[in-house]
Amino acid sequence: MSKLSGLGGRLYRGETSIEIIGRRRRWYAVSALFILLSLGALSIQGLHLGIEFKGGSSFTVTKAGGSVEDARAAVAAAGIPGEAIVQTIGSDKVRVQTGALDTAQNNAVQDALAAKFLVAVESIDTQIVGPSWGKEITRKALYGLFGFLIVVMLYLAMAFEPKMAIAAIAAVVHDVFITVGIYALVGFDVTPATVIGFLTILGYSLYDTVVVFDKIRENTRTITASSKSTYSQATNLAVNQTLIRSMNTSLIALLPVGSILFVGAGLLGAGTLKDLSLALFIGLAVGTYSSIFIAPPVLAQLREKEPAMQALAKRVNGRGAPAGVTTPAPAHSDERRGPRNQPKRKHRK
Amino acid sequence: MSTTTKPVKTTGRPARSLAILALVLITLTGLAFVQSATAVRLGLDLRGGTSVTLQPRIAPGENGKVTNEAIDQAVSIIRQRVNSLGVAESEVAAQGSGTNRQIVISVPGDTGRRVVELVGQTAELRFRQVLATAASTGAADPAATPATGVSPEVNAKFAALDCTKAENLQGSGADAPTDTIVACDRAGLTKYILAPAEVLGRQISKASAGLDAQSGSAWYVSLTFNGEGTKAFGAITSRVTALAAPLNQVAIVLDGLVVSAPRINEAIPSGSAQITGSFTQLEAQDLANVLKYGALPLAFDRGEVQQVSPTLGADQLSAGLLAGGLGLGLVLLYSLLYYRGLGLVTVGSLAVAGSLVFLLFLLLGKWIGFTLTLAGIAGAIVAIGVTADSFIIYFERIRDEIREGRSLRTAVETGWSRARRTILVADFVSIIAAVLLYFFAVGGVRGFAFTLGLTTLVDLIVVFVFTKPLVTILSKMNFFASGHPLSGLSAKSTGTLPVAGEA
Repeated sequence: MSKLSGLGGRLYRGETSIEIIGRRRRWYAVSALFILLSLGALSIQGLHLGIEFKGGSSFTVTKAGGSVEDARAAVAAAGIPGEAIVQTIGSDKVRVQTGALDTAQNNAVQDALAAKFLVAVESIDTQIVGPSWGKEITRKALYGLFGFLIVVMLYLAMAFEPKMAIAAIAAVVHDVFITVGIYALVGFDVTPATVIGFLTILGYSLYDTVVVFDKIRENTRTITASSKSTYSQATNLAVNQTLIRSMNTSLIALLPVGSILFVGAGLLGAGTLKDLSLALFIGLAVGTYSSIFIAPPVLAQLREKEPAMQALAKRVNGRGAPAGVTTPAPAHSDERRGPRNQPKRKHRK
Repeated sequence: MSTTTKPVKTTGRPARSLAILALVLITLTGLAFVQSATAVRLGLDLRGGTSVTLQPRIAPGENGKVTNEAIDQAVSIIRQRVNSLGVAESEVAAQGSGTNRQIVISVPGDTGRRVVELVGQTAELRFRQVLATAASTGAADPAATPATGVSPEVNAKFAALDCTKAENLQGSGADAPTDTIVACDRAGLTKYILAPAEVLGRQISKASAGLDAQSGSAWYVSLTFNGEGTKAFGAITSRVTALAAPLNQVAIVLDGLVVSAPRINEAIPSGSAQITGSFTQLEAQDLANVLKYGALPLAFDRGEVQQVSPTLGADQLSAGLLAGGLGLGLVLLYSLLYYRGLGLVTVGSLAVAGSLVFLLFLLLGKWIGFTLTLAGIAGAIVAIGVTADSFIIYFERIRDEIREGRSLRTAVETGWSRARRTILVADFVSIIAAVLLYFFAVGGVRGFAFTLGLTTLVDLIVVFVFTKPLVTILSKMNFFASGHPLSGLSAKSTGTLPVAGEA
């Protein structure tokens, strides 16, 4: 642990530097590949929408030793149209999912299952979703997604810089694509709980990005006043300085989510907890990646296009500083007081 | 609380902040006791029960019918119907706004199917003279005898009507009282052509269930009409008595389906009638209640029905609590391992945040009927991470400041002024997410959004009035100020090079 803390110190002073901004093409390529895969999976396989979105009924019978065959026989006896999906959940549950049924048909399925498995009708956990309700849920989910992106973009543009808002949203859109792609690829069920988990993650991914951007802004506030480092170099240093923090915050956020996933998937088998935490877990991982490897490089690229930043880059390179951005200089030297506090520079290449 | 969350520029008055926080905690605890809010109200998914979401059915061009008044009226009628079940803590509430409103009914326990039947019915009762009748065998029956005095369109509809199809037995209740209609009976065996309605449900003043003394098993619903209804019912019965079958039958139509169509042998001027139709006791009682409280002003579709058995509820509750305990434990373990002494601050802060959230759950349950659902528990668990993140942002900031060469006491202050901003911005994004989720989402999702928003606010309060003041006080202690190896602020753990040897 203290090794990690020591690394934090070296990263902070720029003695150890992980090249992030300079190698942006590499990160972009990795992400582009994932996004292409996601789009491919989406167009070929599509998303596995839960009954909440399509309309349908789900009946869960708790009965030790209940078999899929029995459930199928019961559903067939109830004489409902269409194909039913029957699966076991955990060790003692059988779940039957059907298309949209009316009240009489739902009752018929419940009665048939109750008779087959010798359980009380009241003990069958049932969820019935009407087809128009499913459309409503889908519409709301989409509204929520777009509403969130717009509001947050406006907020970040006000709280930070407009270009930071663009970069942050680019990272979030990246997260959306990859997470949705993973769902399409693996065929996880998408339920309203998944969508909530998903929206929460967008919030969290931004939280992470905000922390990094806050440091970038601090490092670059007076950057044009001196000629010590280019915008990209200063950004790279900021990302390195917040690296340990990002890792810690992500890990701490992942621990509780991992517990929900473990308990939800392992003990309950299926349902709200599993759907929610799976989306959170995948999203958190992708979100952490994008807040380090996507958002800052996009921001640096956007800002480097500004004439003031280009002039700065010319001055910095003209001073004979090492070309490229492999050895960023600390951008906070003007804050130091007294010789005692001078950073050690002997480790620098 | 707003006075204490004001930014502390100087060292502030850490002791005062902590004292105020203690006072708030004690007050909330006292309030909880006084209001006897000793248990968190659990949602149906945690204790078992049935919830039904009703959507107004909007016929084309009838958007304007879904008014706030109509929804409110429907809510109060449904509430009366649900109360007739006698289940404690049942709830009926409207959600959403504009035409996009829903009514959510939650009834604990395993009343299941009865609730679903009871609340969804429009319960539009009408008495219509029968004009024609035919057995419905399944296939469309073009040979069905056309009734005289009925337009060819209605006759054609009658011929085409297939009562064995489920969609014709839904009981839509969309029949206009002034139209001549075709309808099926509830069992799907017989179809009818029916004249315009002559007696309406709102002309009923009383309804009750009764048992036929002779057969001993046939339940019926007896109705008493008001003055207007008595007159109308007397008129229709005296008029049809002399007619030939099937014109001497009066159909009792509930939500567009014929419940029974008795032959009228003599005029009934007494203002009372009975509906028979092979009811069970519960069916007869429920129908009587539905008729007593009147028809809903709108037709509703059952958008979502969820039945959770008490067993599953208990399982979900214990799973939620287990996940919470596990998550909390892991976070505490990690912060102690990584931040050593400072990790204790995390432990304390999470404990304070936890008790605040718990007290708020208790009190909000009393005040605004807040119920904790499984999604809500998940929201609270996720919030553990977000809350702990605020501390990390602050701690890492302090370490950064120490790396800049500042003394601990200065680092605690300068680090705070910078971390504060980051925490505010980041938490605000979380709050935006929670608020949007709350307004866009329906049902269980809102529970998640609510707890996430609430816990994020609590996080802000705790960071400002507990964590920061506590760190300020601790920074004056020798254990932390001297950078003890276990304090989490030693030169080794911040990665600072030994300062003493450098001067």
